[in-house]
Amino acid sequence: MPLIDLANPSRFLAFVQRALPWFVAATAIVLAAGLYAAWNAPDDYQQGATVKIMFIHVPNAWLSMFVWGVMSVAALGTLVWRHPLADVAGKAAAPLGAGFTFLALVTGSLWGRPMWGTYWEWDARMTSVLVLFLLYLGIIALWRAVDDPTRAARAAAILTLVGAVNIPIIKFSVDWWNTLHQPASVFRLGGPTIAWSILAPLLIMGLGFMLLFATLHLAAMRNEILKRRIRTLQMMQAASAQAA
Amino acid sequence: MSPLAALIQRDIRLSWRVGGGAAIGVLFFLSVVVLIPFALGPDLALLRKIGPAILWLGALLASLLTLDRLFLADAEDGSLDLILSSRNSLELVCLAKALAHWLASSIPLIAAAPIIGLLVNLEGGATAAVMLTLLAGTPALTLTGMIGAALAVTLRRGGLLLPLLVLPLSIPVLIFGVIAANAAIAGEGFAAPLSVLCALSLLGLVIGPVAAAASLRQGLD
Repeated sequence: MPLIDLANPSRFLAFVQRALPWFVAATAIVLAAGLYAAWNAPDDYQQGATVKIMFIHVPNAWLSMFVWGVMSVAALGTLVWRHPLADVAGKAAAPLGAGFTFLALVTGSLWGRPMWGTYWEWDARMTSVLVLFLLYLGIIALWRAVDDPTRAARAAAILTLVGAVNIPIIKFSVDWWNTLHQPASVFRLGGPTIAWSILAPLLIMGLGFMLLFATLHLAAMRNEILKRRIRTLQMMQAASAQAA
Repeated sequence: MSPLAALIQRDIRLSWRVGGGAAIGVLFFLSVVVLIPFALGPDLALLRKIGPAILWLGALLASLLTLDRLFLADAEDGSLDLILSSRNSLELVCLAKALAHWLASSIPLIAAAPIIGLLVNLEGGATAAVMLTLLAGTPALTLTGMIGAALAVTLRRGGLLLPLLVLPLSIPVLIFGVIAANAAIAGEGFAAPLSVLCALSLLGLVIGPVAAAASLRQGLD
């Protein structure tokens, strides 16, 4: 079955039904492995055991930006390529992205209290991630503001692409303005600066979170397709009751 | 007179009439700047220190208030449909409306800044610095706000959603505006934040009309 067949909603639903258990299993295995590796990772010489919040905080932060990237590709699919399931993908991803961003902010705040002595500081990275969270909330509100999902799709797609400007700003903010949040340690020119014993669990957790997002995203897309079918059936029922 | 020039003239005239919104913008600016000292207490040294920030915040909120009317007034009386079906490029129409909004609503805010600056104990040089940064930054506010206004006009009760859509995009302008104003008052490091403000305005000049026109097209078809 070529990939393009997945553009058909019914075929996509069939695919999700077959594939979702595998995704769930893979997510569970990789996350369990990651948590085990994180548990056994050495303590940081400066931060002690508190460094292990990083294994939760950093994957959440990576995912918060990655999900907006997925939504941007979905937005292009809606506006440019007119893919039938592009808007479903975008709508399903928004609450997940908001959740990851919120968790990144909360875990970062909890990490900041013992490390920096403050729950919050208005430095470049934290401010731009907070702005990202507000953008996610705005997108979700925009999706809900229009009844017809297809019309809402195009409005949300435009706002998604406008908000995509924020993603490079977040990524490079710690390099442009060196304020409080530490600069890039993994994705940077010259390779990562973290020791392998701590980097390996981090990468495993990152992979686990990606699989988690993939699983939740597929399930959310399936739910959204089913919701739209229910809506259509309700409208058909109302129309036939009116005509009768 | 070209159609776009006529549109700009019409928008400016309508803004300044009763119920048009431009006068309300200046009054709202005044209200915000008056209320903050009531909340903070009359500590003049403190007010002077945060004066630029108060003025910028007032300008941001006032322009947010007037942005609501940018397309909504035309949508209500049907002229938006006429504009959409005219032969003019929709992007240029959006740019013309943004220019009219800036001239009618933001320029008066900048002109009112010296008087309002007295309320927060800003002295002449500081007020001039704030006015210059407002001049560089309010186009960015208008242009990015126009995107939100165009999205909001296609929704029912879109006006309530407008701040939520516009604020995340306006926050960088606010941040750099205040940094530039404070740098000018301190006497150094003024060029960099002012350049970023101008860059944000230029970026808005490109993204704003394109995104707003796309929103109007998809929403009002």
